[in-house]
Amino acid sequence: MLKLPIYLDNNATTPMDPRVLEAMLPYFTEKFGNAASRNHPFGWEGEEAVDYAREQVAKLIGADPKEIIFTSGATEGDNLAIKGVYEMYASKGNHIITAVTEHKAVLDACKHIEKLGGEVTYLEVKPDGLIDLAQLEAAIKPTTVLIAIMYANNEVGVIQPVKEISAIAKKHGVLFFTDGTQAVGKIPVNVNKDGIDLMAFSGHKMYGPKGVGAIYVRRKNPRVKVTAQMDGGGHERGMRSGTLNVPGIVGLGKACELCMLEMEADTKRISAMRDKLENALLKLEEAYVNGSKEHRLPHVSNISFKYVEGEGLMMGFNKNIAVSSGSACTSASLEPSYVLKALGLGDDLAHSSLRFGLGRFTTEEQIDYTIEQVSKTVLKLREMSPLWEMYKEGIDLNTIEWAHH
Amino acid sequence: MNRIYFDNAATTSLDPQVLEAMMPYLTEKFGNPSSIYSYGRESRLAVENARKSVAKILNAHPAEIFFTSGGTESSNTVITAAVRDLGCTHIISSPIEHHATLHTVEFLKNKGEAELSYVKVLPNGHIDMEDLEQLLASHEGKTLVSLMHANNEIGNMLDIHAVGKLCKLYGAIFHSDTVQTVGHFPFDLRNTPVHFITGAGHKFHGPKGVGLLYINENVRITPYIHGGSQERNMRAGTENLYGIVGFAKALEIATAAFEKESAYIGTLKLYMMDELKKNIKGVAFNGDPLGRSLYTVLSVSFPKTEKSEMILFNLDISNICASGGSACTSGADQGSHVIRAVNNNPNQVTVRFSFSKYNTKDEVDTVVEKLKEMI
Repeated sequence: MLKLPIYLDNNATTPMDPRVLEAMLPYFTEKFGNAASRNHPFGWEGEEAVDYAREQVAKLIGADPKEIIFTSGATEGDNLAIKGVYEMYASKGNHIITAVTEHKAVLDACKHIEKLGGEVTYLEVKPDGLIDLAQLEAAIKPTTVLIAIMYANNEVGVIQPVKEISAIAKKHGVLFFTDGTQAVGKIPVNVNKDGIDLMAFSGHKMYGPKGVGAIYVRRKNPRVKVTAQMDGGGHERGMRSGTLNVPGIVGLGKACELCMLEMEADTKRISAMRDKLENALLKLEEAYVNGSKEHRLPHVSNISFKYVEGEGLMMGFNKNIAVSSGSACTSASLEPSYVLKALGLGDDLAHSSLRFGLGRFTTEEQIDYTIEQVSKTVLKLREMSPLWEMYKEGIDLNTIEWAHH
Repeated sequence: MNRIYFDNAATTSLDPQVLEAMMPYLTEKFGNPSSIYSYGRESRLAVENARKSVAKILNAHPAEIFFTSGGTESSNTVITAAVRDLGCTHIISSPIEHHATLHTVEFLKNKGEAELSYVKVLPNGHIDMEDLEQLLASHEGKTLVSLMHANNEIGNMLDIHAVGKLCKLYGAIFHSDTVQTVGHFPFDLRNTPVHFITGAGHKFHGPKGVGLLYINENVRITPYIHGGSQERNMRAGTENLYGIVGFAKALEIATAAFEKESAYIGTLKLYMMDELKKNIKGVAFNGDPLGRSLYTVLSVSFPKTEKSEMILFNLDISNICASGGSACTSGADQGSHVIRAVNNNPNQVTVRFSFSKYNTKDEVDTVVEKLKEMI
């Protein structure tokens, strides 16, 4: 029997892998020590566990364990990387380049920097969601200290040309930070091959726990430094103070290990299901995939169903299927997605989009059910829609002058 | 051999009931609280219920309660905000604060964002109130007073009402690091003249990685971590759902059993003091252990000998977990800044013993017995 509701919003958060929980449990109870307690075994146990997790995390992204700093999540990591570089490299300059489709954590950190007197360039993206590399290079100034471009987008799954971006950054002696939240654990990410100087990511997007994340800070070629944003006991080599969340960190480590071991098999299975879902839904008239299909995460599909209200669409089946019309962080607002608008979608298409985020625990049966339910709801809503009727009668809706109220 | 854990001021073990309350949120109830479908809504409900429960226990308004990643983040947030948002140009703190406070106020001072004064600490570890008033009176601009409610190393407790009243008199902003007291003492925030307090779940048998920030409704600050509208725009980042649920549960348990447990733990502390005095010559206690002091912390100074210098090492060999100072600095060689501020006797070795509801008199006996051999 199919168990409802079906969860297809793995970009918002993922269920924890039971193997991750199992790894964490001892550290909630009997191994509860403060990892900074240096003179008794409870502390050592905690520290050992943290060190082991640091290796697991480092391995997944091809880093040295010393380059991993644990945080409370990707948002804190984004803040630490951006503000930390801005403060640390103030003598070099005050200009940061980012893109309009970044996650709010990056955009809001950049806005904060503007308030502090920094300068930020927000690159537009092409209709496929990718940034224009020539524009990026042209935006670099002598005062540029950081390029902050996400690895993969949370709403449309588009993967940015990270290697090319890092080459440009390197050529101009600018640091490259990437928000790897949606990519790490899902696709191969290697900080050296990709030329990444700093990267933030979190546990709960890769079947690990909430409340824990990490940033990668390069130690060699070049040696990157960030100004700590949380001062205190000097944990994490002074870059991030605060008692270490040992069970959370153990969970993140285990989650990374599992992603590393199972990425290939997971990707194969999940992308096949994603393609099945997407192909079936595209059979509906006037349905469009948002963002590049070629440069895209294997588990994401963002589709607009023209002449259908996304909210109405979700109401049609959201008791049974958990999907989102945009990012979770902004899903309570009725504004259309700023990411989709940046891709050039009008309000109509942006409003009629759904993001399907498949995951490790998605099944074929769930996909079949979803295809059926979504198709049915789209057809039903269109039947009731005067716009759809007009479209069907061949009226070009763009030529109509609407009466203003 | 069973280990004896007398380092509960560093961190505490999770109460099994807290883990039980967290388990659903570690497994099937995993939704992102910001998502609008059922998975998200049940998570949102859990977070808001936790907030209400915490607010009720502390007698605050739910809108004044914010969840963070821990005490360090909470302290960093409000100290920085007091300067950058509330216009404080002067900070008064004390030399025995936790490093989360000290390093933040020093950072602001070094950046030239605020002047910094340290209030005098009396030999018994308490704040010199006269000096505090003088410092408040002698500065023109707006002042932030950041003084901890209870010291993590020597256990001294601040008269939070007296300090709060002084701050009010001089129009100062008052932040108290209450990491060692939330979950250990009753709070009545509606009737306490304080603008900010902080807490950490793992200090009272709750989870690590989650903290509390109380912001009095009369002050408005901007977020420290940007991006996303979580915590009513005050603290961005996907909520640590299970941690928040665990924090509230741990606080509920602690509050329900407060009278019984505080009395019990206090007895252990007094008993250990007595036994040490009886059995070890030249033993002394730091702070004000019989006065305004945490019932959980006992800071002991042993006469320095070749043998006693190895005391922490030997305690560990005997499976006894205690600490020289705070955990956050226990790896450092420079010794405790707190002990240095209250006791500069170089002929003593200091050990902090800190207790919880899970400790027993038998354990105290064992520890004192072992200590006798080590001195």
